[in-house]
Amino acid sequence: MSTIKSIIQEICPQAVFQETENAPVQVRLQAAELAKLLKPLREDAALQFDYLEDLVGMDFGEKLGVIYRLYSTVHNHRIIIECQAESRQEPELPTLSHIWAIANFYEREVFDFFGIHFIGHPDMRRLFLRSDHVGYPLRKDYDPASNPLKLDAECLPDDTSVYVDHDGKTQIEGHTLFEKDEYVVNIGPQHPATHGVLHFQVSLQGEIVKKVDVHCGYIHRGIEKMCESMTYPQTLAMTDRLDYLSAHQNRHALCACIEDAMGMEVPRRAQYIRVLMDELSRIQSHLLFYATFCMDLGALTPFFYGFRDREKILNIFEDTTGGRLIQNYNVIGGVARDLHPDFIKKTREFVEYLPGVLKEYHDVFTNNVIFRQRSKGIGLLSREQALSFGITGPTARASNLACDVRKHNPYSIYSEVLFKEVLYKNGDCLDRYMVRMDEIEQSLSIISQLLDKIPQGDYCAKTKPVIKLPEGRFFKSVETARGEFGVFIESRGEKYPYRLKFHPPCLPLVSVVDTLASGNKIADLITIGASLDYVVPDIDR
Amino acid sequence: MFDFSVVTTWIDEGLRGIMPASGAIAIECVLIGVLLLAVYAVFALVLILAERKVCAAFQCRLGPNRVGPWGSIQTVADMVKIITKEIISIRHVDSFLHNLAPFLVIIASLLAFSCIPFAKGLQILDFNVGILFMVAASSIGIVGILLAGWSSNNKFSLIGAMRSGAQMISYELSIGLSIMTIVVLSGTMQISELVESQNDLWFIFKGHIPACIAFVVYLIAGTAETNRGPFDLPEAESELTAGYHTEYSGMHFGFYYVAEFVNMFIVAAIATTVFLGGWMPLHIPGLDAFNQAMDYIPSLVWFLAKSVVMVFVIMWFKWTFPRLRIDQLIRLEWKYLLPLNLVNLIVMVLIVALGWHF
Repeated sequence: MSTIKSIIQEICPQAVFQETENAPVQVRLQAAELAKLLKPLREDAALQFDYLEDLVGMDFGEKLGVIYRLYSTVHNHRIIIECQAESRQEPELPTLSHIWAIANFYEREVFDFFGIHFIGHPDMRRLFLRSDHVGYPLRKDYDPASNPLKLDAECLPDDTSVYVDHDGKTQIEGHTLFEKDEYVVNIGPQHPATHGVLHFQVSLQGEIVKKVDVHCGYIHRGIEKMCESMTYPQTLAMTDRLDYLSAHQNRHALCACIEDAMGMEVPRRAQYIRVLMDELSRIQSHLLFYATFCMDLGALTPFFYGFRDREKILNIFEDTTGGRLIQNYNVIGGVARDLHPDFIKKTREFVEYLPGVLKEYHDVFTNNVIFRQRSKGIGLLSREQALSFGITGPTARASNLACDVRKHNPYSIYSEVLFKEVLYKNGDCLDRYMVRMDEIEQSLSIISQLLDKIPQGDYCAKTKPVIKLPEGRFFKSVETARGEFGVFIESRGEKYPYRLKFHPPCLPLVSVVDTLASGNKIADLITIGASLDYVVPDIDR
Repeated sequence: MFDFSVVTTWIDEGLRGIMPASGAIAIECVLIGVLLLAVYAVFALVLILAERKVCAAFQCRLGPNRVGPWGSIQTVADMVKIITKEIISIRHVDSFLHNLAPFLVIIASLLAFSCIPFAKGLQILDFNVGILFMVAASSIGIVGILLAGWSSNNKFSLIGAMRSGAQMISYELSIGLSIMTIVVLSGTMQISELVESQNDLWFIFKGHIPACIAFVVYLIAGTAETNRGPFDLPEAESELTAGYHTEYSGMHFGFYYVAEFVNMFIVAAIATTVFLGGWMPLHIPGLDAFNQAMDYIPSLVWFLAKSVVMVFVIMWFKWTFPRLRIDQLIRLEWKYLLPLNLVNLIVMVLIVALGWHF
């Protein structure tokens, strides 16, 4: 920790450090100093922050700014950098996108919501909202009345702007995305293969994909803004609506973040139930992945197999939680109600049933020669790219990037169960598929380990009627079926969060589509999209 | 064995007895035309129902089971619905070509359909280059598909049409060559003679190895020719939404749909006729009692039973395999099937010349 401090102090003498125990280094920097620090942060042998975990836009009250969270997979250390823009009227910050590729999308999001211009960013467009949106909604002084409901179609511009620094003065330069005579096909927002309302503008040359431009935000609901006016127990309901296939895990993250902030102890029984439900969610999500992946490749029969078996898990969910897709089960301090009496019996039946079915899956689809030829070597994602694009979860593990939060930063009772972190080497579509199929087996093993020894006791700790968090910044992440889902809470000691940021695992996944699909065929674009397994409500929030 | 030509000659003679020959021919043409259309439509309905049932069985579902016993008149209800549906006219399209395209597809399919020998003496078109005519007629359909893609003024349609152009023209070669292999063996292109000459043994047994290879190649190419999975790239749902018929609605879409199903039957029927003896019962030289017993089964039943098996196999492909990619599809044809076929043809020529067949 001291080496990090000394290196940073050498480059930026004005850096202000915040002293915290057992927490990552927190530092506040000026915009000009941040620009100087970026390269050393990534390249200095003692720092090597190769993974940009999150980039949170903030309205600090008087000033706007960004909180960066960086992590080094080499040294296994973390740093939190806070940087405020000088002026509120024309907020400007240096871009990180030339160093961490994922910053491209994160900074567009911050520009969209806070209006901060990132100098040198290659494509400063709004990411979620319409290009004719007035104002920046996550600023505290935003007036919703400035944007009456628009019923006309949005015209997508073919060019973008870049903010360039010329001797201290910022200039805007135009930049063309698609030339006039390019053959641009719109895949989405209504398209069978985008798995939701996502829009790819694809430039084609015959069957070859030249460029993919992603448009998000068709189901953007402003969940983060809504949360700012909700009490903590109310915000829980939002998490299930993000990645609806990892509804339970998302909620686990938020509950755990609030519990950690309050210093609350969660009963053992509740932790067992949470982990059991997490793993069941993971299996049902991966089964759905199998189903849709096969369908996108044109094999329609396995689609039904995946759904048939997923239904069994949904029935187990329904018994205990009352919900199938959205369970609303985790609450602050534990879970909402105790397990259904049939839970253990039904779950054990399922755990015994699934391995046989998985073998069938492999027989009918995995070992099919057409499938192999269509997925092997397609959409290669190297480990370096995965890091730079901030990719987590099964997609990263297919590129041999060990990033399982359950393993490397265990939460709840994951440190007590035995399971293998599935890693594959090639990073192609086949490996991304295989990782998920193997993870189903690992999850089954976790479930069967826990099923026998669920302790008796309370399923929920007692909480105060009004939940207030102490002042500070809190962060918690869990491993969902798609990757690392993080919750960032900035609390000012009230019963509402001052800022609540969800770190979505799927936004990095769509940001990499262009890189993976360019130069491949249209059919490969679909295969790549399916193998990334993104869920659109999680991207849009 | 009952010969259907008895019926047709009786009608013909009856008509000629009461009117001049030209009148009789005119009435017969109308009768045959109406009959052909009716049979075509019935086949399409039955096949669509069969596909839905078969697909449901593969996918652990029940399929249609509400309208009529076991859902048997579901497709009739669907037909009534699609006929009454509005045909939406689209702006900015070449409306003449757009409206013409589905008719080209259905005409091609109908022409090929009329060459099929359903039973002994039950065949509409039969002349000395019948099988050649059949292959040629069925390939007119590609023009309709290309026109549909081009005239729709839709990028997905155009990509679908280009794919289908590349695919169907390529696989036409394999179909032609594998049928050619059998033509070499039989020495005739007339469909009725092709069937008759399988009296002693079906061609797939007569021509043994090269015939079996030709059969497999024909089945692959035939599936590709009908744009069915795993070769359904022109309408790849997850890639091109609906491919070349994206912009079609109502009965115009229905024509493509019906043609696709009947084309599947035509492919199965050609496979039956050329390789599996058509309506000819299973005859094994030397077993006279067995052959006579086989003759008691009507020829129509023989033909339909064999075709149904072939149709089932083609459906089986579709509901099992994932879709190929366009470059793999073209590679399969030009690098593997075509050379194999050419070599196979030469082998067949040698076998016939040396008399090594049964």
